[in-house]
Amino acid sequence: MNIQQMAQASQVASGPLGSQITVSNVSKVYGAGDFAKEVVRDCSFTLDSGKLTVMIGPSGCGKSTLIRMLAGFERPSTGTITLDGKPVTGPGLDRLVVFQESALFPWMSTYDNIMFGPRARGEDTPEMRAFAEGLLHKIGLDGFRKKYPAQLSGGMQRRAELARSMINKPAVMILDEPFRGLDAMTKKLMQEYYSNLYEEFRRTTFFVTTDIDEAIYLADRILIMTNIPTQLRAVINVDLPRPRHVEDITENDDANAIKMQALSLLHEEAMKSFARGSKAAADFVDAYAKRMNKE
Amino acid sequence: MAKAFALRAISVLSGDDFWRGIVSIAVFLIFWEVGSRSQALFGVAFPWVSQVPPPSAVLQELIVLVQEPSFWISALLSTLRVFEGFLAAMVIGIPLGLAMAVSRTFYGITFPVFEVLRPIPPLAWVPASIIFWPTQELSIAFVTFLGAFFTIVINVIGGAQAIDVRYFQAARSMGSSTWDIFRRIILPATLPSIVVGATVGVGITWAVVVAAEMISGGGSAGSMGGAAGGGVGFFIWNSYVGGSYTQIVAGMISIGIAGYISSAALRKIGKWLTPWLSES
Repeated sequence: MNIQQMAQASQVASGPLGSQITVSNVSKVYGAGDFAKEVVRDCSFTLDSGKLTVMIGPSGCGKSTLIRMLAGFERPSTGTITLDGKPVTGPGLDRLVVFQESALFPWMSTYDNIMFGPRARGEDTPEMRAFAEGLLHKIGLDGFRKKYPAQLSGGMQRRAELARSMINKPAVMILDEPFRGLDAMTKKLMQEYYSNLYEEFRRTTFFVTTDIDEAIYLADRILIMTNIPTQLRAVINVDLPRPRHVEDITENDDANAIKMQALSLLHEEAMKSFARGSKAAADFVDAYAKRMNKE
Repeated sequence: MAKAFALRAISVLSGDDFWRGIVSIAVFLIFWEVGSRSQALFGVAFPWVSQVPPPSAVLQELIVLVQEPSFWISALLSTLRVFEGFLAAMVIGIPLGLAMAVSRTFYGITFPVFEVLRPIPPLAWVPASIIFWPTQELSIAFVTFLGAFFTIVINVIGGAQAIDVRYFQAARSMGSSTWDIFRRIILPATLPSIVVGATVGVGITWAVVVAAEMISGGGSAGSMGGAAGGGVGFFIWNSYVGGSYTQIVAGMISIGIAGYISSAALRKIGKWLTPWLSES
């Protein structure tokens, strides 16, 4: 029995590819009256079953707010979010969020961290243990099973955390800039590890990033968001064949066309927040100008 | 085992820190010896230190004392009181601190009372506890308990409240029940603070037990015959009354050693309980 069969043996009711999430006309306003701040405005999109949807937008737009609403930590001010047709009203085991910084439990070994979910649900079974072993192998942490998180490098911690989430087979996986803050080499490696894991399990995934190369490498579909209040600016379908390799993407004309299209849209949005004095946006504009000069 | 021990001994003996420690203690003893003999050596009595018996005399006193069972009975009595008070402080303080950290309601009800009682020095409790408790022994143990109790509770509350919210979110989203979160998140995450509270607390316990023994007249002193029954605190007080200054200092040093051993033992246990903090 390979990993995939094991995964399917331990399948939750959501079907092999995970659930479908539909976001319709969702807005989020914080505060009231004169102090009201609209963060998300009239967003509608779907996360298709088994597909990897990447959301990209300027820093400081309402991406994290959208994640909290999808996870059920917050409710939309207007509009609805449904999971397989049923409205999302709170956090649930069907949606699993992987946070920006490592939230591995420092007092547990790598293996115990990965087995946290199954044990929490009373599923410390031989199948689950074998599944955990398979994941450990797949993320290249065989030799680190007994190490504590503090003994792992940043990249290893993120991999362990991905495995800790994957073992639960959530119907929807939500990743909030999971590779942020890693150095370029580690990040590339992480993207490959993650891409392999995704291609093996094919769960519905919502992946938020600010990195356009990462978005194109991973996505089936890219959602480009506007500046705050966040609206959907454009949807780009990425029909590149899988399994993908980083080198293929950099040399692929389609990928480059998508990149230019996405960059010019993002640039416009960044200019808008630049005009409003956002430091992050200013950095983005600089980086964009450099890139354009090179090409 | 023996080989491992020998290797460790060698590594300790060859370490810079070990020799620095030896030098620091040696210099301290030399200054003390010279200072307390200053009248004889230089014809000038150094202030303060010349009133203290020299370490050589204290050492001689200690050599005599360790051969007397009454000294060991005193030490044992104080150790037992420290142990009782400390254990009670842990057994009551840890669950109380956890409960206060976990439940907002419980915190709201108990914290004001706790905060009013906490600044009261344990020694201020001595007269009251002699009145409250039926035996002298219990009142000393109670005051000892108070010495460690507040430190432990404050540390447990602080540790448990400082737990990163993301650990709870992560655990919940993976299906943890409330009990599972308590057992596998709150408890281990608070453990380092519990260890700190216990290590600090046991030191306070030694300080308090000695003072309590002095004030209360040594508890079961009467029944066990003179100085022997009173614990180290009463032993020191008795030496003072009897005018034996070398015995006073010998008693003080034995408390210092006992306190050091207690803290070192707790640090060892703490290290063993929280391996993720030291292994890297």
